[in-house]
Amino acid sequence: MGLFEQFRSGLARTREAFFGKMASLVTGRGKLDDALFDELEELLIMADVGVDAATAWVDALRREARARKIQEASALRPLLREMLLDALGREPVPLNLAPRGLSVVLVVGVNGSGKTTTIGRLAYRLKREGRAVLLAAGDTFRAAAADQLEVWARRAGVDLVRQQEGSDPAAVVFDAIRAGKSRGADVVLCDTAGRLHNKANLMAELEKIRRIAAREVEGAPQEVLLVIDASTGQNALNQAKVFTESAGVTGVVLTKLDGTAKGGMALAIRKELGIPVKFAGLGEGLDDLHPFDSEAFVDALLGAPSEGGSS
Amino acid sequence: MFEGLAGRLQEAFARLRQKGKLSEADVDDALREVRRALLAADVHFTVVRDFVQRVRERAVGQEVMKSLTPAQQVVKIVHDELTALMGGQQAGLNLSGRKPAVLLLVGLQGAGKTTTAAKLANWLRKQGRRPLLAAADVYRPAAVRQLQVLGEQLGVPVFSMGDRSDPVDIAKAAVEHAAGAGCDVVLVDTAGRLHVDEELMAELERIKEAVQPSEILLVVDAMTGQVAVEVAEAFHRRLHLTGAIFTKLDGDTKGGAALSIRAVTGCPVKFAGVGEKTDALEPFHPDRMASRILGMGDVLTLIEKAQEAVDAEKAKQLERHLREGEFTLEDFLEQLRQVRKLGPLDQLLGMIPGMGRWKGVQNLQVDERQLSRVEAIILSMTPEERRNPDIIDGSRRRRIAAGSGTRVEEVGRLLKQFREMKKMVKQFSGMAKKFGRRKGFRPF
Repeated sequence: MGLFEQFRSGLARTREAFFGKMASLVTGRGKLDDALFDELEELLIMADVGVDAATAWVDALRREARARKIQEASALRPLLREMLLDALGREPVPLNLAPRGLSVVLVVGVNGSGKTTTIGRLAYRLKREGRAVLLAAGDTFRAAAADQLEVWARRAGVDLVRQQEGSDPAAVVFDAIRAGKSRGADVVLCDTAGRLHNKANLMAELEKIRRIAAREVEGAPQEVLLVIDASTGQNALNQAKVFTESAGVTGVVLTKLDGTAKGGMALAIRKELGIPVKFAGLGEGLDDLHPFDSEAFVDALLGAPSEGGSS
Repeated sequence: MFEGLAGRLQEAFARLRQKGKLSEADVDDALREVRRALLAADVHFTVVRDFVQRVRERAVGQEVMKSLTPAQQVVKIVHDELTALMGGQQAGLNLSGRKPAVLLLVGLQGAGKTTTAAKLANWLRKQGRRPLLAAADVYRPAAVRQLQVLGEQLGVPVFSMGDRSDPVDIAKAAVEHAAGAGCDVVLVDTAGRLHVDEELMAELERIKEAVQPSEILLVVDAMTGQVAVEVAEAFHRRLHLTGAIFTKLDGDTKGGAALSIRAVTGCPVKFAGVGEKTDALEPFHPDRMASRILGMGDVLTLIEKAQEAVDAEKAKQLERHLREGEFTLEDFLEQLRQVRKLGPLDQLLGMIPGMGRWKGVQNLQVDERQLSRVEAIILSMTPEERRNPDIIDGSRRRRIAAGSGTRVEEVGRLLKQFREMKKMVKQFSGMAKKFGRRKGFRPF
């Protein structure tokens, strides 16, 4: 309950700014007409789901409404809810960690998406679940990135492996994995430098890090999390595609959902690439990273009644 | 070969014959594509709606210029309107008034304020200014440290009071410190904040009040989606922004947010961040951004960049060839060589229209070793073959492959890619020519 409430309140502004409008739109009007569908399309576009996806959804909604002989505008909401949930996946997708032995989690993304903060929070979360966590300061490029991670490590109460700025990130990850093995850690969380996905050499660097992890630990990296700023527009899909090609992304972390950003690209990423959102960042605190709950997300988006809570 | 709007418009109009006037139906067909292209570029929904309305009013009933097809005519109108909306001229920094001048950098978390502050300090120093960086982000862990490291790298002084002081006090003290330290511009790096965070927005107002900045610049991630409008409006309402800086423009985003921000605040985008190094900051050119949003690549920037690194004679030649669509393998070779002098290839590639989609050439050019092989292949051709590759038959291919130490297939691949490139250049130049004397093409 608590989590759901938090989720809802984090999304409240989003909902008010946008989906509240949709909710009233969908519940408030009597008859279905073209203007209504146009407005729905507008609302989806404004939520950054992408112009083509928005058009496709509204077309599908229109077809479905016709097939089911829906007459009342208010019946559209449950239908749209189903469609969004279908696209997003209903079941929560947990972090995939090795049942025993060391797991390696790579955290990747473009510059400024919130990787370091996410790692701090994820470390805190995993530690609270009773796992021994070690951080690898793999962003050796940006000035003071390791210092920033060190602050988070302290807050979360976990250890950090770092080298000096400018050193090879793969070497840092290698060191951290070795250290993790000898200390009996459960999870090594690897930070990486922010990189734009169209820089081939930087993407190749990720491949190398991935190879090192795979060589050192069987089945590693168990997770490659792509951190995406919720305010990102349609470029997010490109990001997901290219990072998946070179780093094998297994999940998305959607950050900064506490603003008015809608994070609609998460839908497109799931739909087109099949990559689930695993976590959502909703605030400023150490515990503001939550497992992504599609139902809560969609219900909050559509302004569902609050008794529909989950976990 | 065009990606984006220009290509789609060509398609939309392929069925139509050349006409004397743009009919309403022509325009509506075209505008559907315009709308889609702008939305796909992340321009805000309402901005797009207004824009399309305006273009429609201007376009319907207009006479189609002799040299243009209806598609090109609409693209031209769209481009003109887009450039007008973006603000035609490149906007400079206002450093007048009291000394030291104060520049305040504000924005969301992760937009790139700290990096931009360092880049801007570097740029100002190249302009003969003596900048001081003020570390007023006391919230993000190690943000102060980050600015210090960057300042150290650049040799620009950094004023800080740790992360326990009030940002307002830091900004004020930095300005006082600047005068004594012989600095004439203070760049205040503030913490990232949400535009709906009442407390932190009020803090910015207090900083503004305390230091009276001559510029308040919103630092915006070029990849920002629809929310860019809300963000810009909120910051503008509280602070009266004087401009924006667009970051991460070296990515493959179209950057439609630039248009939205300009449209809702009226503030010009003044600079663009185009890379990770501290010199990767450029004055922002609205007309080029218009081309980028339209998906016409950024040939103008490419030519200008070439001009910087390349001697004028060769640049003129390239420009002429691009314009006339007479791109030969000799030009291609010359370009390869010049381009390698220009620095990060992937960056340059993004400026060439259609290149984003064009996997073959993309891989070919990004791999430096591959470049050497391409160079060797071209060098193994006779001048005649370079000017007229169509004469290269099987036996010539074998000779070229043997001479360059490559395989026949590689020679074939290069020729194929060159043919495609040539087609693309021709298409673009045809359009550029017909667009008339665009300013950007002249300054040689």
